[in-house]
Amino acid sequence: METVLTTHFANERYRRLETYRQYGGYEALKKAFAMDPGQIIDEVKKANLRGRGGAGFPAGVKWGFLPKDLSRPRALVVNADEGEPGTFKDRLIMTRGPHLLIEGIVISSFALRAYACWIYIRGEFVREARIMDEAIAEAYAAGLLGKNILGSGFDLDVTVHRGAGAYICGEETSLINSLEGKRGWPRLKPPFPASVGAFGLPTIVNNVETIADIPWIVTHGGETFAALGVEKNGGTRLIGVSGAVNRPGVYELSAGVNLKEIIYHHAGGIKDGKALKAVIPGGSSTPVLRPDEINVAYDIESMGKIGTMAGSGGVIVIPEGTCMVRALSVLMNFYAHESCGQCTPCREGTGWLKRIVGRIEAGKGRKGDVELILDLCDNMMGRTICPLSEAAVMPAQSFIWKFREEFDRHIGEQKCPYGNRF
Amino acid sequence: MSVAFSETGRAEFERLLTRYPDRKAVILPALHLAQKEFGYVSDEAIVYIAGLVGTSPADIEGVASFYTMYNRKPVGKYHVQICRNISCSLLGAEHLIEHVTGKLGVNPGGTTPDGKFTLSQVECLGSCGTAPVMQVNDEYHENLTVESIDRILDQLP
Ligand SMILES: Cc1cc2nc3c(=O)[nH]c(=O)nc-3n(C[C@H](O)[C@H](O)[C@H](O)COP(=O)(O)O)c2cc1C
Ligand code: SF4
Ligand code: FES
Repeated sequence: METVLTTHFANERYRRLETYRQYGGYEALKKAFAMDPGQIIDEVKKANLRGRGGAGFPAGVKWGFLPKDLSRPRALVVNADEGEPGTFKDRLIMTRGPHLLIEGIVISSFALRAYACWIYIRGEFVREARIMDEAIAEAYAAGLLGKNILGSGFDLDVTVHRGAGAYICGEETSLINSLEGKRGWPRLKPPFPASVGAFGLPTIVNNVETIADIPWIVTHGGETFAALGVEKNGGTRLIGVSGAVNRPGVYELSAGVNLKEIIYHHAGGIKDGKALKAVIPGGSSTPVLRPDEINVAYDIESMGKIGTMAGSGGVIVIPEGTCMVRALSVLMNFYAHESCGQCTPCREGTGWLKRIVGRIEAGKGRKGDVELILDLCDNMMGRTICPLSEAAVMPAQSFIWKFREEFDRHIGEQKCPYGNRF
Repeated sequence: MSVAFSETGRAEFERLLTRYPDRKAVILPALHLAQKEFGYVSDEAIVYIAGLVGTSPADIEGVASFYTMYNRKPVGKYHVQICRNISCSLLGAEHLIEHVTGKLGVNPGGTTPDGKFTLSQVECLGSCGTAPVMQVNDEYHENLTVESIDRILDQLP
């Protein structure tokens, strides 16, 4: 299959500018400089490029939200927070193809007329930040960043900004606050970042993978990119498969690849010859699927039709013999820990979910606890500043809807039938 | 006791100031720098950064306390952080945490009496495809087993 991003990732030297250029790197940038910024945005629209950070918003449409007047400087912010459990793909791009991201940044900034770009990278990624910094230094030295890039008259500064351990900072407005040196509290929208974003400037926030797709789109055209995927979800995706599979890892596949094929063909099937019990298909926040539901195309629309999401492309594979209450308990601990606490339904709700699921797992569940969880979930939806609250609700509801008997059994027997272990 | 960045630290701080349109944006990188230079983010470091940035210590404190990576108390020479999230749990992280707890004789959150190790459980490290994973100081260790953890920890000087 044609690949957009990973084609040369096996070559360790691809991260160096010289090798990247030998493979045709920065030719797309030259082509872009000969185009009109509006033309580039049109190609991105034609590409049906959907944001790869989780929400799947069409990138070209988002780019069109910037205010028309050019009097205020604009900013591009690249989201490299990669915090959604099950997601580990942007790290691959940054370590194997940092110049792919940088070239994408320069082209996107030119198209958006941004004067600066910040790459917000999770704080734990020390090595990844260093590789990005080295690649950025190479690009500056070669005149690919800074003033008058390749004689085009276009100037751009790019800076890596490290986060410091907070999942919520992956949410774009929290990320902007964190970039500005504040606590990572999400902001009420509107105003949207496109009108008031980083440092008060009109700002576009995109995921690493979204931006890294841009050079290929410019080289080959939006329609060619679109054709690699399916109707409303163009291109390829980096799909990270983790958990109980024989070959965990990141696979670059058509956006419309079949989920069952991802797990059984690409990732080599379930580890230790076990049967499959469940799949969390797009990062920990996405509703869980039963084995009889995974014969489905992985594109955004098809996944939506069966009540779940392709999210950030993180497929988490759960084998038979796993206690689903314990698995949910791990997730509920996570969301309770990561709620920023600004909104009462989220702060209190995630805390209660953690406690109730925890006590069911501990063999101390009470009659009515399952209904209580579902009630809490209803009260946590649609009443908060950001979607983290819903991100906790989606696994809670779906685990109960699809594996209800395990919750009932824990409560009925007053113990974990799996012996409180994974 | 007051603290101050080394000469290179100070140069790095000055460089950071040129990378943002607003002075306060250097707070996170400055806190990272402080942790690197002083080992942890002490009250003195907070006062020092507040002075450099031109804001109040309470402001810096409020930011620092929001983020889990800033250690407001001294940690061991090696900060062993084991991921406990879902992909790592599915492949045995709980067992590894129990093993290291026994091996070091400290519970998560604790530091060994000799000050060599601090053990923490952390959330997803963004490395789920090579689970189970731990981070020791800046470095990731992936595809962990009891044997490889023993080897890694035993080799640390
Ligand atoms: C709680 C939460 C965490 C998020 N974490 C990330 C993340 O780690 N990386 C990311 O790219 N997007 C993340 N997002 C999505 C961003 O808010 C935003 O939609 C995305 O960066 C936009 O880029 P895209 O359109 O290219 O996907 C998160 C959203 C929420 C609500
Ligand atoms: S929904 Fe939760 S994480 Fe989001 S702003 Fe409200 S309290 Fe914070
Ligand atoms: S769950 Fe452990 S690294 Fe992601």
